[in-house]
Amino acid sequence: MTTHILSLPICIQDIEKFSIGDKVLLSGTIYTARDAAHKKLVDLVSNGNTLPFNLADTAIFYCGPSPTPPGKVCGAIGPTTSSRMDVYTINMIERGLRLMIGKGERSPEVVETIRAYKAVYLSCLGGISALLSQSIVSCETFLWPELGAEAVFKLVVNNMPAYVSVV
Amino acid sequence: MEVRFIDDQLIYNTVYEAIKYVTYHPDPAITSLLQKALANENDELRKDVLDSLIQNIELSPRVTIPLCQDTGTLVVFVELGNCCIIKGKPIDSIINDALIKASADLYLRASIVNDPLFNRSNINNNHPAIVHTRIVEGDKLKLKIAQKGGGAENMSRIRMMLPTCTVQDVIDFVVETVAIAGAKACPPLILGIGIGGNFEQCAMMAKEALLKPIGTISSETRYAKLEHCILSAVNSTGIGAQGMGGDLTALSVQIMHAPCHIASLPVAVNIQCHAHRHIEIEI
Ligand code: SF4
Repeated sequence: MTTHILSLPICIQDIEKFSIGDKVLLSGTIYTARDAAHKKLVDLVSNGNTLPFNLADTAIFYCGPSPTPPGKVCGAIGPTTSSRMDVYTINMIERGLRLMIGKGERSPEVVETIRAYKAVYLSCLGGISALLSQSIVSCETFLWPELGAEAVFKLVVNNMPAYVSVV
Repeated sequence: MEVRFIDDQLIYNTVYEAIKYVTYHPDPAITSLLQKALANENDELRKDVLDSLIQNIELSPRVTIPLCQDTGTLVVFVELGNCCIIKGKPIDSIINDALIKASADLYLRASIVNDPLFNRSNINNNHPAIVHTRIVEGDKLKLKIAQKGGGAENMSRIRMMLPTCTVQDVIDFVVETVAIAGAKACPPLILGIGIGGNFEQCAMMAKEALLKPIGTISSETRYAKLEHCILSAVNSTGIGAQGMGGDLTALSVQIMHAPCHIASLPVAVNIQCHAHRHIEIEI
């Protein structure tokens, strides 16, 4: 198991070094999106709007954090099941997304698209929120706060652990 | 037996403390089972995965960050003694009041929506809990409380099998269910299995079987053997902890069974993840 230290934005040279099962320690600014946020993001771009962040420079983390308690940097953070996002993923990749983080398998179509566009899907361990919270530098609600845990959160992460799952 | 009165405030405090406890502590057997697996594992990646799961369990109560961000649906099995009278509010209301307060105080994620189909707006305080109440003999109140996350629950299945199906068919159905779940249910898993009864009783047994402390084996030898067989079969699927391969797909298989109709053989598999948060309390 090779461990890669990765600072965003990701570039093609980074991805070329990855093999399935490698560990990645990720640093940079990433955005969370679950089902409801994906629907809204795809609606935005389908209506000709530009997204408020550049997909190519960041990563989408399939995650719905718990609220941040006072005095803490973040609440509980962890991946949700990625396959529920499969219906939106191809569209997002076509618009520049290169790095996705979640848990579980992807559909064959998504796997094919990830490979065709030289993107990468990282698996994050489910059910290790306390441990993951240690790699969060900041967490703020970025879009659609009315969605609660399903809003888009902007996370700054430092050495967040994940594993290469599709490349 | 004399009638015993239990104050609703005592139940409220107990449920509140139970929710707080399970938010940061899984079933006590989980850590030792993971440690044992780690000691026997040679693969670097799988060792790293197991080590992360163990570290998380140690860290969670120290940093008071939940074991998992999905603190789930609160499920409570209530066994109320027939000589017990609860003074004050009914049991469901007490449990929901404690859940709402604990969700706010502990900053639990709001994970419950108003309506499953037409209005998926968040209720924002995690109620209602799913409460199953049974009247039993005695003057005690027993509560089995669990936080049940959505990922593992989504991969659970029930099948009305043919009465002529064999033991092997039942094993195959469970293995197939685990294979479909793959890494989505956050293995290593705990499997609660209901066999027999009817449609709803079978599902209830599967859930209740999950809430037995890990290590409890069926009191009936045939079913204890079946638990063992299913565990071996599931651990031969190669899914492994968090889908990273190896032979640690499940940590425990727990079966409950009941008589059933001549035409039926219902089998339910309730899947639980390694963040197996539950507790049993007697008042
Ligand atoms: S399946 Fe369990 S460990 Fe995984 S995200 Fe859901 S609650 Fe957490």
